[in-house]
Amino acid sequence: MADEDRDHSDLSVTRRAFLKGGALATGALSSTLIPTPADAQLPVATESDPRRSVVEMTVNGVAYRKEVPNRTTLLQFLREHLTLTGAKMGCDRAQCGACTVVVNGRNVYSCTTLAVEATGAEVLTIEGLAKGDALHPIQQAFIQHSGFQCGFCTSGQIMTTKAFLDRVPRPTEDEARRAMSGNLCRCAAYKRILESVMTASRLMQA
Amino acid sequence: MHNFAYIRPTTLRDAAAQLGKEHGKVMLLAGGTDLLGEMKDDLRVPEKLVAIRQLRELQGIRPGRGGLRIGAATLLSDIAESAPVREQAPLLAMAAETVGTPQIRNMATIGGNLCQRPRCWYYRNNYPCFKHGGSVCYSVTGENEYHAILEGGPSYIVHPSDTAPALVALGATVRISTGGRERGVPIEKFFVGPRQDPARENILQPNEILTEIEVPSAPAGSKAVYVKEMVREVWDFALCSVAAMVTTSGGIVGDARIVLGGVAPFPYRALKAEAVLKGRRLDEAAAAAAGAAAVDGARPLSKNAYKVPLTQAVVTRALLSLA
Ligand SMILES: Cc1cc2nc3c(=O)[nH]c(=O)nc-3n(C[C@H](O)[C@H](O)[C@H](O)COP(=O)(O)OP(=O)(O)OC[C@H]3O[C@@H](n4cnc5c(N)ncnc54)[C@H](O)[C@@H]3O)c2cc1C
Ligand code: SF4
Ligand code: FES
Ligand code: FES
Repeated sequence: MADEDRDHSDLSVTRRAFLKGGALATGALSSTLIPTPADAQLPVATESDPRRSVVEMTVNGVAYRKEVPNRTTLLQFLREHLTLTGAKMGCDRAQCGACTVVVNGRNVYSCTTLAVEATGAEVLTIEGLAKGDALHPIQQAFIQHSGFQCGFCTSGQIMTTKAFLDRVPRPTEDEARRAMSGNLCRCAAYKRILESVMTASRLMQA
Repeated sequence: MHNFAYIRPTTLRDAAAQLGKEHGKVMLLAGGTDLLGEMKDDLRVPEKLVAIRQLRELQGIRPGRGGLRIGAATLLSDIAESAPVREQAPLLAMAAETVGTPQIRNMATIGGNLCQRPRCWYYRNNYPCFKHGGSVCYSVTGENEYHAILEGGPSYIVHPSDTAPALVALGATVRISTGGRERGVPIEKFFVGPRQDPARENILQPNEILTEIEVPSAPAGSKAVYVKEMVREVWDFALCSVAAMVTTSGGIVGDARIVLGGVAPFPYRALKAEAVLKGRRLDEAAAAAAGAAAVDGARPLSKNAYKVPLTQAVVTRALLSLA
């Protein structure tokens, strides 16, 4: 990270709290903030430097407010500023899907979304799926079918599955195949990924 | 990626006020699926981005005079799934549905799709060719398997957009705002060929904003199809594509619009193929004749001759599916 990309606000605090086993939500304003619709809230340019902004967004139900350089991608924001490292960087060019997260209900590539653009948004990452120790049905399905080998693409696969099944709860296999087409798997676990998606759909109905 | 100032205006007027006359200094950011990649590769180093993806005035699909009006910042996924678009201009929905991946369509706007830059690898790797203000095209003697077979020279890019051929076939009009004034331009006149200016692909000036696309309803008795051929089944840009709309009455073709993607530096209207069909019954012989006419005048480069029979076959197949 270049120096200007370093978080001058509270990453160190977050990291220390994290190492102590504390909540990841140290940087949160308040976990009860009501999320605002995407276009109601605007990022605020920092007074001293027009190339930095204060961004605010809800990630996994927790509201965050941080000052970042404008060039910070949502993926960098999640990984480096919030230490939510579930979303992975593969290509950094909107091509592989490893960085997929759900923004306002849609699966998007966080490597090619600016953090400032997500100001006001509700973001869901792989860290937000399980309820305590209870895995989300999609996570259960991926484990049941071994819908992965190395696992690098898996958080992205699961977040695409989440956005997809929320919109199309009972897909056909062909619909599922198309819905998953933006998530590449270098290990080519495609057959098992597809089985996982179809099983997840059934588990979510139950 | 170099850092930049960022502003997200809430009105079109405020957005327009940010723009200047100089190329590449202050740039519009829509979905960012193209621009951010270019910035990461240092193809563009803007000082300021004006974010318009969430600008209310540029959103949505509304009924318009004899068709639909689509805001330039409307997402491709919303267009592909829109009931009015599927009903009145199914060709556009079909084309939008083939763009990239679900994630790309959830991020990319239709305005950005029309204004995206070419995918030529020399351009993307910052070779000082015509597109970067130079005076040479590296594809001519280099790796040109994905380049133009029609209307190429001095640059041989192919226009990458899938929605563009569909909108040309539908006879759409784009609305452009300069300062406070708006004008409508037939979409065929929006695109610029390399002989006119090899450095760009459309008429937009740095201080102009594409605000809306007016899409006339497909005529009564018309059938349309978008067929896209790729190296793989999904995820990729077109090796070649065709947007075909045929209007028949009493079994005879009254009007045909055949527009090719992926083979020319702009969406290419295959006028000769259209002429072949008019007044005829759309049968196997007519479709084959139109397929041949579509690639009439093709001048492939050293490694892309395969595109000629491919395009011919895709046009023939598309037309037969409408018979
Ligand atoms: C992996 C991958 C696969 C792809 N596959 C396909 C494909 O199969 N078919 C296809 O058609 N495309 C494909 N694309 C390209 C993609 O569709 C475009 O990048 C996208 O449509 C651009 O829209 P955007 O809103 O993200 O634009 P941005 O990236 O934000 O902007 C692109 C350009 O347009 C300008 N611009 C944007 N909106 C306006 C406006 N309203 N007025 C004036 N200028 C404007 C910007 O300044 C910028 O120069 C693919 C891209 C990727 C990364
Ligand atoms: S085809 Fe166009 S973009 Fe590619 S090298 Fe030639 S001039 Fe440059
Ligand atoms: S890292 Fe974002 S798509 Fe590959
Ligand atoms: S499991 Fe290894 S990349 Fe998909």
